[in-house]
Amino acid sequence: MGALLRRQDYVRAVDTISFDVWEREIFGLIGESGCGKTTTARLMTRLIEPTSGKIYFKGTEISSLRRKELKKLRREIQMVFQDPYESLNPRMTIFSLVAEPLIVHGIAKNESEKKAMVNDALEDVELIPPEDFIYRYPHQLSGGQRQRVVIARSLILRPSFLVADEPVSMLDASIRAGILALLLKFRDKFNLTQLFITHDLAVTRQICTRIAVMYLGKIVESGQTNEVIDNSLHPYTKALISAVPVPDPTAERVKLLVKGEVASSVNPPTGCSFHPRCLFAKKVCREVEPTLAEIEKRHYVACHLLG
Amino acid sequence: MSILETEGLKTYYFTSRGVVKAVDGVSFRLNVREILGIAGESGCGKSTIALSLMRLVPLPGQIVGGKILLHRENLLDKNEAELQKIRWSKISIVFQGSMSAFNPVLKIGDQISEAILAHTSLKKSDALKRVEELLALVGIDSSRAANYPHEFSGGMKQRSMIAMALALNPSVVIADEPTTGLDVIVQAQILKLLKNLQETLGLSMIVISHDLSLISEICDRCAVMYAGKIVEYADTMSIFKRPHHPYVQGLIKAFPSVRSSTDLISIPGSPPNLINPPIGCRFHTRCPFAGKICQEVEPTLTETEKEHYVACHLR
Repeated sequence: MGALLRRQDYVRAVDTISFDVWEREIFGLIGESGCGKTTTARLMTRLIEPTSGKIYFKGTEISSLRRKELKKLRREIQMVFQDPYESLNPRMTIFSLVAEPLIVHGIAKNESEKKAMVNDALEDVELIPPEDFIYRYPHQLSGGQRQRVVIARSLILRPSFLVADEPVSMLDASIRAGILALLLKFRDKFNLTQLFITHDLAVTRQICTRIAVMYLGKIVESGQTNEVIDNSLHPYTKALISAVPVPDPTAERVKLLVKGEVASSVNPPTGCSFHPRCLFAKKVCREVEPTLAEIEKRHYVACHLLG
Repeated sequence: MSILETEGLKTYYFTSRGVVKAVDGVSFRLNVREILGIAGESGCGKSTIALSLMRLVPLPGQIVGGKILLHRENLLDKNEAELQKIRWSKISIVFQGSMSAFNPVLKIGDQISEAILAHTSLKKSDALKRVEELLALVGIDSSRAANYPHEFSGGMKQRSMIAMALALNPSVVIADEPTTGLDVIVQAQILKLLKNLQETLGLSMIVISHDLSLISEICDRCAVMYAGKIVEYADTMSIFKRPHHPYVQGLIKAFPSVRSSTDLISIPGSPPNLINPPIGCRFHTRCPFAGKICQEVEPTLTETEKEHYVACHLR
């Protein structure tokens, strides 16, 4: 019986984070598994409700929107998930998959308009010519092509904001670069603002203007991508960068700047949640939780050792 | 000096849709005390090579040709009883995703000792002692042998799997995607562990990965595969600094580095179906430089510089 009467524990997946995504930028959210980055993505798209806190989209607070208003919002905010194998219904043709949002939102006036919009969407994601793809089923496409279908489907409504959760992490390198190029093209061509969620720092360097690094539900460092990577200030960010393998055998190997493994988010450490793994932790780190402060111009860090 | 060698290895899968030529005439050599990388994208046949080397290719797969020489003895001539004595004690493997293969209701120590008991005449208590040694070797406190898998993190499970592969002191260890599915920091820790073990125990190791950065971090030499064949094979430094094969050049350009921001260039198209691979060079359908000969004649692996082999007509 003991097990049934246990006290309720809470996982603080995302714990007091604040960030803003600017129009027309690709903002990167980086972190390891369990740091809360996917939860953040789901909050931003209103797939789940925050316990507390507010989310503003174009100046409107969206975390309390009701069903009808939410449906309108969904035309504006779309999401791409990690796994292109699981996010497409295997029994639907590419045409019906890409056309589905048009039906849900009652957009196309007639069949020919629907067909034209699907064609355009497939051309936008470079599945050309569209006629070669519309009658096929997902299993007949490669992983990269499927992810393009997923992107076509989320962009057919011309949203202004796209949340992409690890959109390339299941794809081979030779294919990955093509999908990243596509996201950059949408930013430039359709002014598409994007939140790009990934565990891969090397990828953010290629496409994100600014990034925020998360650890155990909190943002520990944020700023311009190059600035955060080349001049990282938080010990966790430094550790993360030191751990990334470099595809160049002549590159100087750096020492791994971290100990142990991530703690549980049910019982996060007191003070700074990184302190048990930090090589530089002091007394204050064990006791007081650091807040995000502007250490250099537009470069925010949550660490007692700075400033 | 070579410890493991393949000559023209062919492993095919006989499926109802046709014969998948997953590994189609692959020759390479693993030298004593080196780490050889086998790189390639999904479906290029790299995991099938690992299974072939262990003689563990599952049906409908079959090794249909070539030789696998371990200490100069051809493993393809051995029967199952002989193989049992070779597997784990002379050549062992850390399988891809094996960290999720632990039985959740048995203690880690018992699961590792099971492997020892199955292959040696040790008593249970001695086997458990050996387990403690092995856990210490991979950086896990030996008291954790009494834990269940759910009490271990992903990194610790992977360490335990490496411990299991080392249980019978093999001289050759194959690691198939040893860090896939692990977080970046844990990945770096596991790579460091593999490199340390290779040096301290004098192991010869094959590391299989889709990740070129991982290969460049720890491998002395490497072979890059495409559609069931090795397209380039040399020491890691020359492959990364002077790649000759258009596929390898493309793959390197497609790989982002955290140290610099360069424009990534993807390779157009996708890898061919291995039931009906293209005639001639298997890469010609995606190659920007392909000429007439590439569509007709299959290139062979040729030495273009010292110990640098490339299978391309343009070299």
